Amino acid sequence: MRIALFATCIVDAMYPEVARDTVTILERLGHEVVFPERQACCGQMHINSGDFAGAHPVVAGHVRAFEEEPGWDVAVAPSGSCVASLGHQQPMIARRAGDEDLAARAEDLASRTYELAQLLTDVLGVTDAAAQLGSYFPHPVTYHPSCHGMRLLNLGDRQRELLSTVEGIDLRELPQADQCCGFGGTFSMKNRQVSSAMLEDKAANIVSTGASLCAGGDASCLMHIGGGLSRSGAVSPRGGAVGTVHLARVLASTREKPLLPPRSEPILSGGSLR
Amino acid sequence: MTTFLGMPAVGGGPAIRHARVPGSIPGALGNVFESEHFPDYAERELGNAQLRRNLGHATSTIRAKRANVVAELPDWEELRSAGAAIKQTVMANLPELLEQFAEAFEAAGGHVHWARDADEANRIVEELIEAHAPVLDTGRREVVKIKSMATQEIGLNEYLEPRGIDAFETDLAELIVQLGDDKPSHILVPAIHKNRTEIRDIFLEQMPDVDPGLTDDPPKLAEAARRHLRNKFLTTKVAVSGANFGIASTGTLGVVESEGNGRMCLTLPETLITVMGIEKLLPAPEDLEVFLQLLPRSSTGERMNPYTSFWTGVTPGDGPQNVHVVLLDNGRSRALADEYGRSALHCIRCSACMNVCPVYERTGGHAYGSTYPGPIGAILSPLLTGVEAEENDSLPYASSLCGACYSACPVKIDIPSILVHLRGEDHLAKEEAAAEAGPAQRVRRLASAEGQLDAGLKAASWAMADGRRIALAERALPLASLLGARSGRIRRMPGVVGAWTSSRDVPRLPAQSFRTWWGKNRGAAPSSGHDRSAAAKEGDR
Repeated sequence: MRIALFATCIVDAMYPEVARDTVTILERLGHEVVFPERQACCGQMHINSGDFAGAHPVVAGHVRAFEEEPGWDVAVAPSGSCVASLGHQQPMIARRAGDEDLAARAEDLASRTYELAQLLTDVLGVTDAAAQLGSYFPHPVTYHPSCHGMRLLNLGDRQRELLSTVEGIDLRELPQADQCCGFGGTFSMKNRQVSSAMLEDKAANIVSTGASLCAGGDASCLMHIGGGLSRSGAVSPRGGAVGTVHLARVLASTREKPLLPPRSEPILSGGSLR
Repeated sequence: MTTFLGMPAVGGGPAIRHARVPGSIPGALGNVFESEHFPDYAERELGNAQLRRNLGHATSTIRAKRANVVAELPDWEELRSAGAAIKQTVMANLPELLEQFAEAFEAAGGHVHWARDADEANRIVEELIEAHAPVLDTGRREVVKIKSMATQEIGLNEYLEPRGIDAFETDLAELIVQLGDDKPSHILVPAIHKNRTEIRDIFLEQMPDVDPGLTDDPPKLAEAARRHLRNKFLTTKVAVSGANFGIASTGTLGVVESEGNGRMCLTLPETLITVMGIEKLLPAPEDLEVFLQLLPRSSTGERMNPYTSFWTGVTPGDGPQNVHVVLLDNGRSRALADEYGRSALHCIRCSACMNVCPVYERTGGHAYGSTYPGPIGAILSPLLTGVEAEENDSLPYASSLCGACYSACPVKIDIPSILVHLRGEDHLAKEEAAAEAGPAQRVRRLASAEGQLDAGLKAASWAMADGRRIALAERALPLASLLGARSGRIRRMPGVVGAWTSSRDVPRLPAQSFRTWWGKNRGAAPSSGHDRSAAAKEGDR
């Protein structure tokens, strides 16, 4: 299958390794990956800030970038939130701008774009990450289901199931997992106190599991959670720092090329495993 | 009979766009305004550890109860869809249904009054009370009240008080709030911010005939309230209520409550005045089948509601013989005219959205300013008043858009999407204001956090319209990645993004973006899983 990668703006600029690992996983399954080079962003930052006029060229640019790329079968992004925005918001932005044509094209593109775990599970038939992807990650990990994947894409336990089939993983249940981490884009700045209070509780729940890493499917939420863990100096029972790691990184890790060698502590940057 | 409500055509006619026509439909008056920006009020409330404990305990208990009773119903999703569909029909046919309701209500011996806004409604109720409640020895008149959101919205108690009328709240939690000279912080559990010790203290201070040895044992607290209220029920001539439902085909009104105090008010006094928002109508009694399942499970987490009272006009020799209804608009026509926001009027005031909201759980209801707190309040208040009214422009941002409210809403109000729509309204209003601003105001705005965010958005809109522009911007990454090179993290950033680093670190930036890496390693030809040798070395930054 020829798969078009939507890296998302935050992964492209802040977490390039997450996109590289996504490429690695898909290639390991024997698929071909293409990267539509004029892609940038889903537009969510503008949309959720109420700047619908500013979002319009971003939406148009996204749709055009993927239409220009020839011959791909499905598109994938390592983010539940950005994929949800394609279907739930992009057509609305186009319609409000009076651009029915763009709305229809955005709907079509959204219907062919999958979140990573959704693609792996529903389209590519991955049920056992260890057997099919060679995933190996012998560490105590907990998992935070990000809101938009959970509630807008109805991902259910797809991400968690993939993690649970990684060889050697010690997957621990996160208390109050379905509570938002408090990121919410500009919410984290416009309502920084409330956001920080939500983050504090999320971080405390993560630390309570004894895991050294919290995995998830959205780099933005993970940057927020990791940033909070880093600032508070959270430590695991083994004495190491606690941070976050993207699902794609865990799935890409193998015995031959482990992301984090057994019995070693994660080296974190701002709370993120690089 | 015609309604004066000026309802817009729903479904037919040209769509009403999001561009506002100022003053075309009047906004609401009363207690539906934020008086202080949400983040400022919230910051103060966050500092109250007792409040956070009370709220955390109460909301998590109700959340768990609700989740259990919702999970037992195999057709819960169908019920939600049915609830949403019935409400949509009501909104699409509101003028006709209102006329039908009014005719049936009068045919059953009741009197119908129409109120455009809070002021009119308050005046109508005052006149009715003056006509039917005697002046007591104290020189004042008294009425008993059933817990009602509509009368809180219009500020009825505060309106009546200086006019010689004391309105006694009879719902236990409302009584606590009233005695404590406090404001409700939740629509269903108004005293959710108080624990039982705090409640005992209020009773000891404010109930004239209370047992001085009163403990904080809940049954003892309830008994104290019962003794306090019983005499009022037996002697008061006029009761004021709200309504959960008005049935258009029969003119029936309904109140759903769990203490029985409401039923006392509905049956014992001679005169009953009900203030009902015009959106509360249901077409026919059969529709109650859906809502009497949705409401108790969503609100109190009960399978069935304890006290459900319905009355149709006057029944000779039984219950109040003088029955009135005040049909209240107060901004509802305004909300109905908003094609993106009108489904907020579907709300049945169950409070499920509050109980699941992570923002509400931490700030409590007072931070929302309005009678309607939590996620529904954050959309309803600005829809009723106009987002530009007072400080209501901060409400659409009082959410992380996590979507827990939408998932819990029994009538499927897409609250996150309406919040985003209202952010759009606010953005337009600010743009218009900026276009008319003088140079000094512009400079001030640029220096503000909001102005900086805006300038950032403008630049980002241009850059993010095309990945080629992003590629140019990302040329700065090798240099930017030197930031925090020593510690591996960035602890402080300037300007508006400093709000981020107030409580979170930022990872050191990578030396090259994914785009750059792809260009260097894969740019020439598409990657191939079958030809791994074509792939450049992984992990290269």
